[in-house]
Amino acid sequence: MALVKLTTPIDEATIRSLHVGDTVAITGRLYTGRDAVHHRIHTGTRPPVDLKGQIIYHCGPVMVKEGDQWVCKAAGPTTSSREEPYQWEVMRDYGIRGVIGKGGMGEKTLAACREHGAVYLHAIGGAAQVCAASIKRVDGVDWMDLGSPEAIWHLWVEDFMAIVTMDAHGQSLHKNVFEDSKARLDAMKA
Amino acid sequence: MSATAQTIDRISPETNLFESILELIRRTSTILPDDVVRAVTGARKNEVEGSNADVALNVIGCNIGLARDSSLPLCQDTGTILFYVHTPAGYDQLAFEEIATEAVRAATKKGFLRQNSVDSITGKNTGDNTGPGSPVFHFHQWREPHVEVKLMLKGGGCENMNAQYSLPHPDLGGRDLKGVENAILDCVLQAQGQGCGPGILGVCIGGDRGTGYGSAKEQLLRMLDDTNPDPVLAELESRVVEKANQSGIGPMGFGGKTTLLACKIGKLNRLPASFFVSIAYMCWAYRRRGATLDMSGSVTEWLY
Repeated sequence: MALVKLTTPIDEATIRSLHVGDTVAITGRLYTGRDAVHHRIHTGTRPPVDLKGQIIYHCGPVMVKEGDQWVCKAAGPTTSSREEPYQWEVMRDYGIRGVIGKGGMGEKTLAACREHGAVYLHAIGGAAQVCAASIKRVDGVDWMDLGSPEAIWHLWVEDFMAIVTMDAHGQSLHKNVFEDSKARLDAMKA
Repeated sequence: MSATAQTIDRISPETNLFESILELIRRTSTILPDDVVRAVTGARKNEVEGSNADVALNVIGCNIGLARDSSLPLCQDTGTILFYVHTPAGYDQLAFEEIATEAVRAATKKGFLRQNSVDSITGKNTGDNTGPGSPVFHFHQWREPHVEVKLMLKGGGCENMNAQYSLPHPDLGGRDLKGVENAILDCVLQAQGQGCGPGILGVCIGGDRGTGYGSAKEQLLRMLDDTNPDPVLAELESRVVEKANQSGIGPMGFGGKTTLLACKIGKLNRLPASFFVSIAYMCWAYRRRGATLDMSGSVTEWLY
């Protein structure tokens, strides 16, 4: 396990050097994208930004406009499993190198991480202020018609911390914990 | 005669109510109740230092402090807005609902609440947290002379992990305490880290599908360290927590010893044909607060 500093956009070799259990500190651009964004891309609309080498953050932040500037008031991760039907496609078609979320993802995404060179990064769910503290600026927003929590927010982050829980080598902490906990609970069944 | 006249004269909440409800929303969204803070911080000593579980609980602890000190939402998902209100007979509940809804609009504008009310067909966000089903009000009358309002903000991540089982179930067992226990632990297994554990469960045994879920959520209004007055349920509560914490799921599903902080179980009568176990999964960001109000709408005491 290591602490690795990442700067977006990220190249494939760097991503493939990461392993489950590593902690990363990300600096650079993050794009938020959750349910409605993934659904819209899946149904054929091209994303409004170049996602090559970038990270998509599964997050619906609390944003408030102060004067002309958007200010991020809270921005923790949302549950990623809802993007399981779509995420592999975005990895394949648009070259993202990672997603940040919570709760982990399934087999399709794990296979896409391996095939296209990407990782799943786990932020701490509910920790909206710790996450927001590393968001230094809001540089823009697209697809506001989806509503503020569902829009694509362009965030500039410094040392955004997350844990690699699915890597490009086919390893998934979520898969391991599920299987292990299932065996333990089965053994304790009433 | 005078008694009749008294019930006809409706008591209207005065303008202090708006400010009281706005402050209740701010406190609920930004300051975790003491009993929850104690449980979360106490859990850390059980985890191996430097483990992912330890890191997660440390970040959670920092987040609780940051949100409180900066008066900002603990979690960006400020959730379903659930008001549980007790009022004396004759109190104008319609006026309360209107004023509290205005306070919700104001709290959204101030950023204490996220814009969280979306049309289920068009996907359009109303932008102010109002609309069909939002906010939610549960009104009850009581014989006390004052008003009590409790507010719970329950995020979508944990709400999605709620589960309802109908017993008997081929894998989980029959209509007895064993079947109930296995159903609850299956919910914990399926939730893994997706409900932002360590979690707190509200459970209802019995009822119909609707009242069962409603009552499971109301169990979450109990204090974390209380004891269930029903010894059978009290024992079931501790057994569930003990087994869940031996499952190895851990905080955020990272692995570890803290999977549940508590389990609160109630029961309702059921039809002979039905046996439901309804489970409301609450995340560690267990936002519930309350207040008692006088007839002018001013806070006389903060609860939790």
